[in-house]
Amino acid sequence: MLELLQVSNLDSTIRLATPLLLACLAGLYSERSGVFDIGLEGKILIAAFAGAAVGVTMGNAWIALGAAILTSVAFALIHGVACITFRGNQIVSGVAINFLALGLAAVIGNAMFQMGGRSPQLPNEARLQGGDRALFSWMEDLGPVGEAVHNLFFDQSIFVYLAFAAVPFTWWVLFRTRFGMRLRAVGENPAAVDTAGISVTGLRYRAVICAGILCGLSGATLSMALNSGYINNMSAGRGFIALAALIFAKWRPVQAMMACLLFAFLEASESRLQGKEVLGFEIPVQLVQALPYILVVVLLAGFIGQARAPKAGGVPYVKER
Amino acid sequence: MSAPAIELKGISKSFGAVHANRDIDLTVEKGTIHGIIGENGAGKSTLMSILYGFYQADKGTIAVDGARVTIKDSDAAISLGIGMVHQHFMLVEPFTVLENVMLGAEGGALLNRGRAEARKELERLEKEYELNVDPDAIVGDLPVGIQQRVEILKALYRGAEILILDEPTGVLTPDEADHLFRILGQLRAQGKTVLLITHKLREIMAITDDVSVMRQGQMVASRHTAETSVEELAELMVGRRVLLRVEKGEANPGKVKLEVSGLNVVDELGVARVKEASLQVRAGEIVGIAGVSGNGQSELLEAIAGIGPITTGSVELFDIAGEPTPWRPRHGLGHVPEDRHKMGLVTKFLAKENAVLGYQREDEFGSGVMMDKGAVLETCKRHMEAFDVRPPDPNLKAANFSGGNQQKIVLAREIENDPDVLIVGQPTRGVDVGAIEAIHRRLIELRDAGKAILLVSVELDEIRALSDRIIVMFAGEIMGEVGPEATEREIGLLMSGVRDGAAA
Amino acid sequence: MNKELPGWVDYGLLPLLNLMTAFIVAGLVVLAIGENPLEAVGHIAYGAFGYGNGVGYTLFYTTNFIFTGLAVAVAFHASQFNIGGEGQAYLGGLGVGLACLGLDHVLPWWGILPFAIAMGALFGAIWAAIPGYLFAKRGAHVVITTIMFNFISYSLMNYLINNFLKVPGNASVQSRTFEQTAWMPKLEWLSGMFPGIQTSPANLSFVLALVACVFVYILIWRTKFGYEVRVYGANPTAARYAGISTTRIVVLTMAISGALAGLMGMNPVMGDQNRIFLDIPQQAGFVGIAVALMGRSHPLWIVFAALLFGMLYQGGAELAFEMPSITRDMVVVIQGLVILFAGAMEFMFRPWIAGLFTMMEKSDA
Repeated sequence: MLELLQVSNLDSTIRLATPLLLACLAGLYSERSGVFDIGLEGKILIAAFAGAAVGVTMGNAWIALGAAILTSVAFALIHGVACITFRGNQIVSGVAINFLALGLAAVIGNAMFQMGGRSPQLPNEARLQGGDRALFSWMEDLGPVGEAVHNLFFDQSIFVYLAFAAVPFTWWVLFRTRFGMRLRAVGENPAAVDTAGISVTGLRYRAVICAGILCGLSGATLSMALNSGYINNMSAGRGFIALAALIFAKWRPVQAMMACLLFAFLEASESRLQGKEVLGFEIPVQLVQALPYILVVVLLAGFIGQARAPKAGGVPYVKER
Repeated sequence: MSAPAIELKGISKSFGAVHANRDIDLTVEKGTIHGIIGENGAGKSTLMSILYGFYQADKGTIAVDGARVTIKDSDAAISLGIGMVHQHFMLVEPFTVLENVMLGAEGGALLNRGRAEARKELERLEKEYELNVDPDAIVGDLPVGIQQRVEILKALYRGAEILILDEPTGVLTPDEADHLFRILGQLRAQGKTVLLITHKLREIMAITDDVSVMRQGQMVASRHTAETSVEELAELMVGRRVLLRVEKGEANPGKVKLEVSGLNVVDELGVARVKEASLQVRAGEIVGIAGVSGNGQSELLEAIAGIGPITTGSVELFDIAGEPTPWRPRHGLGHVPEDRHKMGLVTKFLAKENAVLGYQREDEFGSGVMMDKGAVLETCKRHMEAFDVRPPDPNLKAANFSGGNQQKIVLAREIENDPDVLIVGQPTRGVDVGAIEAIHRRLIELRDAGKAILLVSVELDEIRALSDRIIVMFAGEIMGEVGPEATEREIGLLMSGVRDGAAA
Repeated sequence: MNKELPGWVDYGLLPLLNLMTAFIVAGLVVLAIGENPLEAVGHIAYGAFGYGNGVGYTLFYTTNFIFTGLAVAVAFHASQFNIGGEGQAYLGGLGVGLACLGLDHVLPWWGILPFAIAMGALFGAIWAAIPGYLFAKRGAHVVITTIMFNFISYSLMNYLINNFLKVPGNASVQSRTFEQTAWMPKLEWLSGMFPGIQTSPANLSFVLALVACVFVYILIWRTKFGYEVRVYGANPTAARYAGISTTRIVVLTMAISGALAGLMGMNPVMGDQNRIFLDIPQQAGFVGIAVALMGRSHPLWIVFAALLFGMLYQGGAELAFEMPSITRDMVVVIQGLVILFAGAMEFMFRPWIAGLFTMMEKSDA
């Protein structure tokens, strides 16, 4: 069991937690404002694709990153138009976004590269994988501890730092700024916000755009840092794990980070747990895979505390007569 | 004398075909408490929503402090110094008191500085108006009375000079209401103007300087409170409509059919809605429950019908021999609910589908799992004929019938099933005059056929025209029982919680 | 805003406009790739209906989508959103497969069929009834729990197939093949009309899907239970007034929804692959959402919507072959667009049409 705590496993945990955490925080902004978002998966996927596609064609990581974010925001806005402006069903819209992203990434990808949906390898200048920072390389010479510290904390991609910095930042925005306070208010009682003379629509659009930006970063992490290029359906359900983490964290940023780290740790440990026995029982690797989802169901069933979603979530705002 | 705080001239507002407000004039003097009274649906809330920028008037002008203004949204109302305490509080429950007060007036993009200032200002306001609330308490944990204070503080924090309170005592206990009135007095002493919207006469008499009466979307009178009386206001509120004459002979009460004893209903918020209600209804009589709406009649009705919660107490039905019969909802007990749109009908369904709502499991509509469509259609046709529903089309959606005909569909369903006991809520709400007559006649016929009928209505005329005995409810309690010969004044006093005509 | 419009506008014109918008946008995507959308439609139509084998594939996919579309629709009638068709179909496939594995040495296919139907429906029903129960009793939102149940079903099935059903010594992750006598017959009787259909996976499950449509129609519009489901879905307060229990309606409706999704598993498991294998539903659970939305939750329209998607899935393969720059995933794009415009943005044109009507009324007056 101790091998699960090896540096390499912890390192994988941090890497795998990054796209989850970014997506989870994306969901947090949107759902805190009262707009449910089961389209996280689709936004991550389309952003991963856009990052890879633009990275390959332009050969510039920053332009690629920008493209990933813009594409994800565009999809977020589709969700916004459907749910906020036209007061459509937020779940249906989220499902639509997931399919659109899955289909468009494959169709456009194939039209561009004729590689059955994959993109070619990203050139080095279009990757954002971090590592090999000369500034910190001296740490590697400080023995195993130094090496571990270096590998875990000073050798990561820019996305890792962004994601983990986004946690205190999101906390600060939510609880220390006017925007955050209004965001929380509109997710609980939009009528209170409306009668206080604040636009419900405007607030919700801004929240949805925040979600778009963060999903863009999450997708870019997948195709530009964890991999070098786009692979068909490479988000592989991460949007839903992020959603699970969000519920598990009861829509709070620090807890979201914990939940994402937990789920990422499970994912990282999967291969190491293969065939291992605990108390005489072999742990099925599938159980480890399913654990996040099982935990959420158990949580929702009220067996471990109550997960109370933002009260106005899922309901379009209509002025009442 | 300074310019009036508010002056409305010729305000009209329609929602589709409904005239919610018609040509309304209103003058509210500065530094007074001005009551606006009227029955539910008289248009009070709409008028106040116009003043607070929630809706735009179709016609008419608004002047605040003598200057003509347009109020295009709540933001504009706030900047004109108008604050509103809504009937359903506009509070964010997981927020603290301070956060709720600050919302929309945070004083900058970052909360820290604004928060300190807001705290100082809040403490000042609390002291000045004796509105003690812990700024760091979570609003959702506070009792309603305190939540209301937060709403008032919110308005004052934004510099409200004119405070509108919409039915503020609906959710309060009498003690809390008294406290609220002391606060309002304090506000008046500080020169604020208060608009108090209510349908409770006692409140108007207790606290206001002036009072305006609304009825059916129109402003029918304005008085100095000192120069009017409960009777006059009650009359103005209800209107001197021609008393609906219903031909009826003497009642011939038989055995007790329905007995309610010591019934209490406490809702999920812990508020007692019905307190120790006991009553009997005999075969061949109509017992009317009078009361201003929201005084526990609805909860009592639902409890008796078996669809609302009963906290303690019992409801018993008796058969012809006077023996208790098992009490099952809708068995031997017809129930015409107060709100036909929300409860009595599925408006999206066809008339015939509505004709069996609640009776869908009866054998006459198919003995097995299948629904006998033919029987449903026949039943609906029979109902439509018996109650003269127009158009007599079972395949028309319920939503497409007029209010009166919708009500006939509901009544037919409950009456044609031949129950021993019929409980009827607001039988003629939103129903045209012709249909009212027909419905009343039908209820009398049923009485004469030996049915026991319990009638709840906020229309005092209706109660008086139909009932053989009248029970008056106030704040969940049965205040007393009078005969049909009782005057409107007697009943009105009981309705406003005054026993034995002591006050007024 | 909520102006009353004639029925043919709300149930005919507006859905049609929404659908057309979806297809026009899809056409624009094809155009953007540099191909001719009309030509693409031609290839799809030919692939779907041009020859017997293609017709067979179209019907095979249609069968899947009818079952999953009905599943989503039944839940919609009780205002529940069952996104878990995928997982329920997977479990249903397991149930059907277990019936076949257990009985194929004993009984011919028609003897196994009742057991296969019962097991498939039961497994799917249980997998959906749990979220239903958790909603009715614990307030856990069906949307979230059914999504989670989908993922749990992937892991569960993966585990079961790998550890219990896999043929030892065989690398492929699947059960043994059923005895040939247990295979569901192909639609050979249609081969006169569509020569070559017998070489496609289309099988008798298609007929069962049509039977399921009749069943759902009767259930929803002809039974007392269906009446109560519709009352609950349209007005929960009126349901309370009418003595209808929330728990009973939600749990039973979800169970029936899951059973229908579970029966989808029969088509690939007993009718085509004749074994239990990984990813039995192949996205059909999700296509069911589009089918139910497009079919307005009515069995008759669901058949047509399922046929349209069956055609797109089969024709999409032809399209990818004829126009290499377009992949079959174009179908997924169309699916997304249909859900977006016919579902999420269903009210988009309404104010506009309502305005048009008001104008016409005024000019009449």
